[in-house]
Amino acid sequence: MMGLTKKDFTLLLIVAVLALFAPFILNPFPEGSAMAQFNAGYPDLMQRLVIFGIFAIGFNILFGLTGYLSFGHAAFLGVGSYAAIWMMKLLTMNVVPAIIISVLVAGVFSLLVGWISLRRSGIYFSILTLAFAQMSYSLAYSVLTPITGGETGLQPKAGDPRIIDRALGADGTERANFFGLEMGSSYDMTVGNWVFTFSAGYYLAAVVMLAAFYLSIRIFRSPFGLMLRAIKSNQQRLNYTGLNSKPYTLAAFVISGMYAGLAGGLLVAMDTQVGAERMFWTASGEVVLMTILGGAGTLIGPILGAGFIKYFENIVSKINESILHQWFAFMPDGIEDFLVAIVYPFIGKGWHLTLGIVFMLVVIFLPGGLVEGGQRVARLFKRKKPADDNPDGKTTPAE
Amino acid sequence: MDAIILQILNGLDKGSAYALIALGLTLIFGTLGVVNFAHGALFMIGAFCAVTLSRILTLSHEVIDETKTDFLGNPLKVDVPYLYDIFGQTTGDAIIDWAVPISILFAIPVMVFIGFAMERGLIKHFYKRPHADQILVTFGLAIVLQEIIKYFYGANPIPTPAPEAFRGSFDFGAAMGFDPNTIIYPYWRLVYFAFSAVIIGAVFAFLQFTTFGMVVRAGMADRETVGLLGINIDKRFTIMFGIAAAVAGLAGVMYAPINSPNYHMGMDFLVLSFVVVVVGGMGSLSGAVLAGFLLGILESFASMAVVLETLPGINQIIIYLVAIIILLTRPRGLMGRKGVMEE
Repeated sequence: MMGLTKKDFTLLLIVAVLALFAPFILNPFPEGSAMAQFNAGYPDLMQRLVIFGIFAIGFNILFGLTGYLSFGHAAFLGVGSYAAIWMMKLLTMNVVPAIIISVLVAGVFSLLVGWISLRRSGIYFSILTLAFAQMSYSLAYSVLTPITGGETGLQPKAGDPRIIDRALGADGTERANFFGLEMGSSYDMTVGNWVFTFSAGYYLAAVVMLAAFYLSIRIFRSPFGLMLRAIKSNQQRLNYTGLNSKPYTLAAFVISGMYAGLAGGLLVAMDTQVGAERMFWTASGEVVLMTILGGAGTLIGPILGAGFIKYFENIVSKINESILHQWFAFMPDGIEDFLVAIVYPFIGKGWHLTLGIVFMLVVIFLPGGLVEGGQRVARLFKRKKPADDNPDGKTTPAE
Repeated sequence: MDAIILQILNGLDKGSAYALIALGLTLIFGTLGVVNFAHGALFMIGAFCAVTLSRILTLSHEVIDETKTDFLGNPLKVDVPYLYDIFGQTTGDAIIDWAVPISILFAIPVMVFIGFAMERGLIKHFYKRPHADQILVTFGLAIVLQEIIKYFYGANPIPTPAPEAFRGSFDFGAAMGFDPNTIIYPYWRLVYFAFSAVIIGAVFAFLQFTTFGMVVRAGMADRETVGLLGINIDKRFTIMFGIAAAVAGLAGVMYAPINSPNYHMGMDFLVLSFVVVVVGGMGSLSGAVLAGFLLGILESFASMAVVLETLPGINQIIIYLVAIIILLTRPRGLMGRKGVMEE
């Protein structure tokens, strides 16, 4: 169906259902209960989950499929964001032109960076992309202040030209909309103690994410994707057969850059502001973390990784010492304090520590990421016929 | 002329830091073939060794001081460092004042231990794995180390003063016959430069003139042959990792008074020192040192007001620009050997 095999279509369907019902799935606990802080069903977080999912899906095409580790992808996210915000300032608050232009501008920029960076491979490629990204960050932060707003960043203002909006005589609001439907608008459904929020912005982002995911499946399954995989496994051998691999790697780089630009444009569509820190190299590191954590080279991995990291960043980081004391309150005093003292460094403000440790464990023991972990667990329960799912006895995450 | 001398001097201390970190990175890369993204974190830990030692030295207990009273006439309690009890007040104060230089002694065993633990516990298992995996796992380690430091020391920079004798500045202008106060330079930065020159000299001498160093250099050139000669090269490489960690740590210790240690200083220096390594040539020790100083000086020249007027913001990007040009025109770097990581 839709040009996909049955297995891939099921995967797409599962992701679609998850995305559609996310406001329910992420809100399992009733309002006001002790567990309510684990609810992630609020629009801001849900949007981040899917937008960074898009970012990671794109990065996966470059790293997971082609094997080029870029440490500078946040630059394309940032460039896309700046392009989107300028569309909002100049043309219209409608998000469609903003998103389209962010993809295009990020594509052009990544063509330039990729054309230069891809002359080298391995560690040199990583450092070249890192250098480009840091350079873009510095430029956005200081030199290009008239375009990027420097330290303060950019956001739509009442005095902006907004040519199309003016011509159509729309009211001069600075809220992003989709043909009149405001991105910030949402509908709260109350069922008993549960409150489910359906946000226009989230559903727009989710639909875009599904489209991006579908496209990435098609790329994975296409002859082009096969070529990228061949480049990853042995580029030298490929060159010896007389194939020029450069156009393929460049195409992969540009596609992943455009995905990053799309994510950047969507970020602007959701909260209409940009700052240069979005381009700092640790932001590029984050998307690397997401992709590896979920499983580089797998279809669903990057989305899982992005979801995992964004969920932790927003939920676990909010747990503080007093909440911990509540949790362990049933214990005797001494043990309670001891447990809190042990757990506290790993959550709340220290959640990055947990992230770092989990990431290291994944790189060391689970090169296929969470997806491979899931497969291993699944295999434990399917011991009877192990030959079925793994003919060669090895995990091949790229499948 | 005086402006040029000033910029060269300004570039030296930053260049020293770049050179020392890049030297360690190159030692690790050249011997073990591992790309260590956690090297900046080692630099940071070194700086926090200085913080830790000065905290240990100022540990105090409360004593009732009969000579001071509050307005009711009750004797006041004052904090007295334990050092006073041992050495008396004058010597105690002097020791506290010299905390940063003293932490060199404290930092060497700590850093060597951390280096050994890292190599034996983690890096050892990554020799045979692709460079991307090495980058990733050491990147994860860098995050973990950084967060541990943040947990224990907080997110704010911690001022760590240099000894009293080295605060204040030296007037090069007066000494060299220019106008006074045109080239003034803090003493501690001179100390930092001299210190890094000594460290760099020591590492080179160690590699050049000792049997150990000779074997390590042979191992850098051809690891398998050296192994076949019956030499336990792995053990020597572990020691080299410890030395590289100590070099990064010492660079950090001495850098503490120049810029108050904070938990992300490692990441800030890491990217730049990788750029330095690439410009100098991967695997070339002298290239790393040369490029470190060159880029440091270049950066300070780019921050001159005259330059900034014509090319605004060039000081922010000059290093990356140089790195990109070098990588594209001469991928092996300034002094790299042909064939090392060249593709």
